[in-house]
Amino acid sequence: MNVQLTAADRAAQGDNLIPFAMPITGLLGAVLGVLLGQLVGLNLVFGIIVGTVLGAGVAFVLCRYLDYVPGRWAAIGGLALLGLIFGGIAGLVAGAVFGAVLGWCAYWLHSGRYRAGVPPYATPGQVLWHNAFLLICGLILFFLIAPILTIIPLSFNAQDFFTFTPKMLAFDPDGYSLKHYRDFFTNDEWTVPLWNSLKIAPVATAISVTLGTLAAIGLSQSHVPARRAIMAILISPMIVPLIISAAGMYFFYSRIGLQGTYWGVVLAHAALGIPFVIITVTATLVGFDRSLTRAAANMGANPVTTFFRVQMPLILPGVVSGGLFAFITSFDEVVVVLFVGSAGQQTLPWQMFTGLREQISPTILAAATVLISISIVLLVTLEFLRRRSERLRGLSPG
Amino acid sequence: MKKTSILGTSAIIAVAGVALADGHMSSDMILVSWGGAYQASQQNAYVEPYIAQNEGVTAVWDESSSEAVAKLRAMNEAGNVTWDVVDVVAADAIRLCDEGLALEIDHDEILAPGDDGSSASDDFGDLIVSDCFVPQIVYSTTFGYRDDLVGDTPPSSVCDVFDLAAYPGMRSLERNPIANLEWALICDGVDIADVYDVLETEEGQDQAFAKLDTIKDNVIWWSAGADTPQLLADGEVVMGSTYNGRLFSLIEEQDQPVSMLWDWQMFDLDGWIIPAGLSPEREARALDFLRFATDTQRLADQAKYISYGPARASSAPLVSTHADLGIEMAPHMPTDPANAQNTFLFNYEWWADYRDDLDAKFQAWLAQ
Repeated sequence: MNVQLTAADRAAQGDNLIPFAMPITGLLGAVLGVLLGQLVGLNLVFGIIVGTVLGAGVAFVLCRYLDYVPGRWAAIGGLALLGLIFGGIAGLVAGAVFGAVLGWCAYWLHSGRYRAGVPPYATPGQVLWHNAFLLICGLILFFLIAPILTIIPLSFNAQDFFTFTPKMLAFDPDGYSLKHYRDFFTNDEWTVPLWNSLKIAPVATAISVTLGTLAAIGLSQSHVPARRAIMAILISPMIVPLIISAAGMYFFYSRIGLQGTYWGVVLAHAALGIPFVIITVTATLVGFDRSLTRAAANMGANPVTTFFRVQMPLILPGVVSGGLFAFITSFDEVVVVLFVGSAGQQTLPWQMFTGLREQISPTILAAATVLISISIVLLVTLEFLRRRSERLRGLSPG
Repeated sequence: MKKTSILGTSAIIAVAGVALADGHMSSDMILVSWGGAYQASQQNAYVEPYIAQNEGVTAVWDESSSEAVAKLRAMNEAGNVTWDVVDVVAADAIRLCDEGLALEIDHDEILAPGDDGSSASDDFGDLIVSDCFVPQIVYSTTFGYRDDLVGDTPPSSVCDVFDLAAYPGMRSLERNPIANLEWALICDGVDIADVYDVLETEEGQDQAFAKLDTIKDNVIWWSAGADTPQLLADGEVVMGSTYNGRLFSLIEEQDQPVSMLWDWQMFDLDGWIIPAGLSPEREARALDFLRFATDTQRLADQAKYISYGPARASSAPLVSTHADLGIEMAPHMPTDPANAQNTFLFNYEWWADYRDDLDAKFQAWLAQ
């Protein structure tokens, strides 16, 4: 279906879709009006009425008089101007977002693109369900991501509270500050735990990856007796509630003098990481062709050479993703370290946990933002490397 | 080549791990406190000067005071006490002392005499509520309110918290019967002298809960001292109870439109204990630190950083101005005569007997 209808085309069609587009866009306007009204403390009824009028008005003007591109810009510009008059710079931004959403919705309904994802013979009920389904999916993603997205602007708060201050909402530069980041990177209260986490996680990961990979390879051999029982024991730290493992480790490590030491925390985290490595490596080994190791042996390679030269490169994706899980387990872990560690091994999650309980400081948000950035960079890099290696080995096209 | 690089990397990581794992952990003195501004005041007022004077002593903070009783029990069970000096509220000190988990000390022998020549036990007076406890500060649980949300006549009495007609909106109260039941009875016309007699009876308890019922739908219950300041800053609540030092920081340091309501504040004590079962050297080091950290000048210094009253009578005249803001601290102390017109002290003995019972009743009431 041609979506770029000109105004003249639409006039020829008799604009029979305007009565359809107007009320629905109005409804969307009402919902947005309520949301915005809640944010700035407006009357509920007032928000609904203004939102409905704006939505219906935008739909009518755009669909009747304007083409797609100028229409979208006109909606954005017009509502931004309206916002600027009533709400300053914050109003400008809110108005522009309103205009973009309402303009898109009006054209989407009016041009019939809402049927684009369903076959032409679908009944109105099926079309409605299809779009409702997309809306539900969108809402689920929104609920997953919204709490994470709100903390990012809050971490630039100039005040010491988890609050969007009026200055922040007005986009006043005075309302924003980098002081929580400065605090995070200069205050001992945060740098010491950050450094502790960076000392503990890589070593715990190295131990988990080494032991976990060895265990997975051993357990994939058919001649090992009691494989299932051993597997169950090895992955038990993942199944037993963490607090039980932590309490058990606390008493055991205290007896043997590991409680409150660096190696105690490393070993505890390694034990938690091993199951992840075993599971991912076992999964990759399923697709591994054993005749390759026999071929290598046939050519005179000893088992260690065979492992590093033949098997390891092929199961590397499993090893790396297991290692990544082990790293994140150690880096995010708070329960076990509270038991097994002492003040000298205070990790970043520990500091965030106690900090959140005793004083609600936005430095925690700055720390969280930094950690989120690191995770994103880590995952993107990993995905990039994985694709590159697949491409080099000709496993995937492109 | 791949093999050597992988082995090499692992070796480097392992060596780095060994190198980074500090070998001198056991020589650190582990101090347990509450974190935040309070711990910072301790760090500035006496830990830093103490370390400067004592070559070779280092201190590490563990912010675990809120679970001190449970953790000390576990440490004792495991035979591995890692803490050296622990900051706890008086009620926890009494429990730890009763269970034999804290060291009993002779206050006059261990602690420095007051600057005015009085003995330590006279200087601290009634605040020594347990043989194991060295008091540091007097703090209070009291109310703050948003200036812009209470109309033209700001609240002047704790009973305004129960007055939904004059002050509509949400309030925040601690998720805990202590102080809330006392306030409910005081505002229901019970004389302060009779409050605990009334609370001992079934009808008295019902009377207190009935008073709380009148505002139950308008209460947000808090459990961490930082909650009420956050709620007040957000304007989520009109008024709320918390520790007076938190309100001082909210008003004076964070510049929020909030005021104090000192009426019927509940005094409580916070101080040090030394865990039982330390090795003689660690115990001697901890006692030496305590003698320094609780002398007259050090307790007065602490009041430069936080608005809690020093526990020694001899420290009061030495309280000066705030370290950063330069304002006089005395008028912000809960013990200042202008603030302390109507007060009561956390009744440790009474609550020790009735706590379990009333906690259960309170939780059941909350769930109704």
